[in-house]
Amino acid sequence: MADNIQLNQEGKLKHFLTIEGLNKNLLTEILDIADSFIGMNDQQVKKVPLLRGKTIVNLFFENSTRTRTTFELAAKRLSADVLSMSISTSSTSKGESLLDTIRNLEAMFVDMFVVRHGISGAAHFIAQQTAPHISVINAGDGQHAHPTQAMLDMFTIRQIKKEFSNLRVAIIGDILHSRVARSQIQALNILGAAEIRVIAPKTLLPAHVESLGVNVSHSLNSGLKDIDVIMMLRLQKERMSSALLPSESEYFKCFGLTEEKLKIARPDAIVMHPGPINRGVEIDSKVADGPQSVILKQVSNGIAIRMAIMAMAMQKQSIT
Amino acid sequence: MSRIHIKQGRIIDPANKTNRIGCVYIADGKIISVTNEPAGFKPDTIINADKQIVCPGFIDLSTRLRQPGQSRKATFKSETVAAASSGVTTMCLQPDTSPVIDTPAVAELVKELAEKANYPQIYPIAALTRKLEGTELSSMLSLKQAGCIAVGNANQSVRNLLILRRAMEYAASHDLLVMFRPNDYWLGNNGCAHEGAVATRYGLPGIPEEAETIALAQCLELVELTGCRVHFGQLSCKRSVIKIHQAKKYGLNVSADVAIHQLHLTEKDIIPFDSNFHILPPLRTEADKQYLRQGLASGTINSICSDHQPHDIDAKLGAFPETEPGVSSLETLLPLMLKLVTQRAITLEQGIASLSENPARVLHIKSGALTVGFAADVCIFDPESEWQVNSDNWKSQGVNTPFWGQMLKGRVTRTLQAGKVIHCLEK
Repeated sequence: MADNIQLNQEGKLKHFLTIEGLNKNLLTEILDIADSFIGMNDQQVKKVPLLRGKTIVNLFFENSTRTRTTFELAAKRLSADVLSMSISTSSTSKGESLLDTIRNLEAMFVDMFVVRHGISGAAHFIAQQTAPHISVINAGDGQHAHPTQAMLDMFTIRQIKKEFSNLRVAIIGDILHSRVARSQIQALNILGAAEIRVIAPKTLLPAHVESLGVNVSHSLNSGLKDIDVIMMLRLQKERMSSALLPSESEYFKCFGLTEEKLKIARPDAIVMHPGPINRGVEIDSKVADGPQSVILKQVSNGIAIRMAIMAMAMQKQSIT
Repeated sequence: MSRIHIKQGRIIDPANKTNRIGCVYIADGKIISVTNEPAGFKPDTIINADKQIVCPGFIDLSTRLRQPGQSRKATFKSETVAAASSGVTTMCLQPDTSPVIDTPAVAELVKELAEKANYPQIYPIAALTRKLEGTELSSMLSLKQAGCIAVGNANQSVRNLLILRRAMEYAASHDLLVMFRPNDYWLGNNGCAHEGAVATRYGLPGIPEEAETIALAQCLELVELTGCRVHFGQLSCKRSVIKIHQAKKYGLNVSADVAIHQLHLTEKDIIPFDSNFHILPPLRTEADKQYLRQGLASGTINSICSDHQPHDIDAKLGAFPETEPGVSSLETLLPLMLKLVTQRAITLEQGIASLSENPARVLHIKSGALTVGFAADVCIFDPESEWQVNSDNWKSQGVNTPFWGQMLKGRVTRTLQAGKVIHCLEK
């Protein structure tokens, strides 16, 4: 499997492209290392010298604020030199191919690429094409994978719920177009969650979605029963114009998470969202800002998890 | 012209129900006798075909040689060498060249390129609609007179059914065969993989099989309405085979083919994001593959085509959905057909018929058989010879094949086109 290109000969992380093909030990190692970084947020000097002298380039072919910022902060806290580039507005609009962009940056002695791209498989392609010493981290490719987001979600869940084995998790919204959902489902399955449920109208579910290892529901009323963790997905506005949904208001009526709907889940259920939030479309403000919401915690955890993954991929050996 | 004696090969000629060891005698470019030596025959050349199979040269109903317009991908020169080395003696060319084969001038240019490449048996398929845009009819009669053997819209869908109806009526008026690859534009939705478990896992835009079966069903209705003769190309799924079976039983004048790789690969074989597996129609499920094989064995599917689509390296360098679809497939055609025989999906006679007799019947041409008086299009191959798909053996300019590096069995040793040796394997 091509996923093996993520690991070096000793089975250590070299690239981080997708959750698929990684084992429980490795995912747990990522979470443990992130744990060791989490205390740093409260320190006066928020830096460790693990990646001093290394050059990391954030290559964002798609817009992003949160992911790009947390990757940048994570790299800086590891003492790496970071360059962030938004390519959508520069070279590719001049007709330069993805490969030429990569080759040019490679020639500038880069050690790691953090890549976000609108096409599924772009991160794999870059990892296959770059020089052997360069690591590639997938910061989201098309509808395929967003593995660092999934890991920060797992980290947040573990912080609060401790164990995965007795958890019932619901993922709600546009599964069809969601790279986040695909990575979350894979991570939850590997870490041994008791049940994963996807809740969405049929238009927002991919074909044979059960083959990912999930149960399917088309209603919050039945789908949220006994749920410990609720993972909301962002609904893109263009889903209305492509006839996948009639209107935002109808979507909110059926799949929007309100205080009332939240009561169907277990009383200690947590509410997660990868951001940015569409208030009043997929989630009510009272829930997003309410006591069960861990949305901002996810953002903070994003830095530690990305530090852990970058450090592991660059050291290519365990640092614990 | 020279006189050739092909000696002691196993002659398999399904059209004439021949399967025995014997000799083939050729003079002036034509078959003059099979088995019985003509009186006073003095050959200029003797070809020893001992332990080899002698059969009609293959007729490929769907190829792309990329000229005019895309010689960076392939040329007539490179691809006719590849075809000859694969036992293919007649090729139908899809009209999606640049410019499109929608005027007699382009059709004549194609014939000229074929002559220059010393491989005259190339038949252009004319565009069904101007520029393949699906809005205006092409000048089908003029194109037929310029040497086009059929009309079709290549991979472009004719989205407006009224225009498809008119095009089929007009083609039927001039007794033109329509070659139709069923694909509903809207349901296809710019997908790049079968809408199934694999596309779901890797987040690839999917193409449901209904994109094919619905377009096929619509076209079958129009066959009944217009009386047009239609050949359905590159079927990919079970329900298409069922529909063709029903249509034939019902009495419609239709035929069908399947691309060779569809009989061997499924969505599960896709190595994630390896663009050599980016193929249209997409590789589907194991059940679809098995049904396509059965359809071929039962005769519902008439023929196998290569659907040869050579590409330059850049076309396949990129993230999977962004790369260009298609396989360079002439050279794997025979070995993969033989593999179907080894796997007992079809008999060797059926395999050879699906590459010679049956496509000749689809095209209404006097070819595809070792019949006395026919042009001597002959393929001689060693079914046991193993070779590796690598740059030492490969002839096509396009190296885009999912079979790269594999060992395949079955190799063409000589190919004759109208009595002329166009390929001879160096020992």
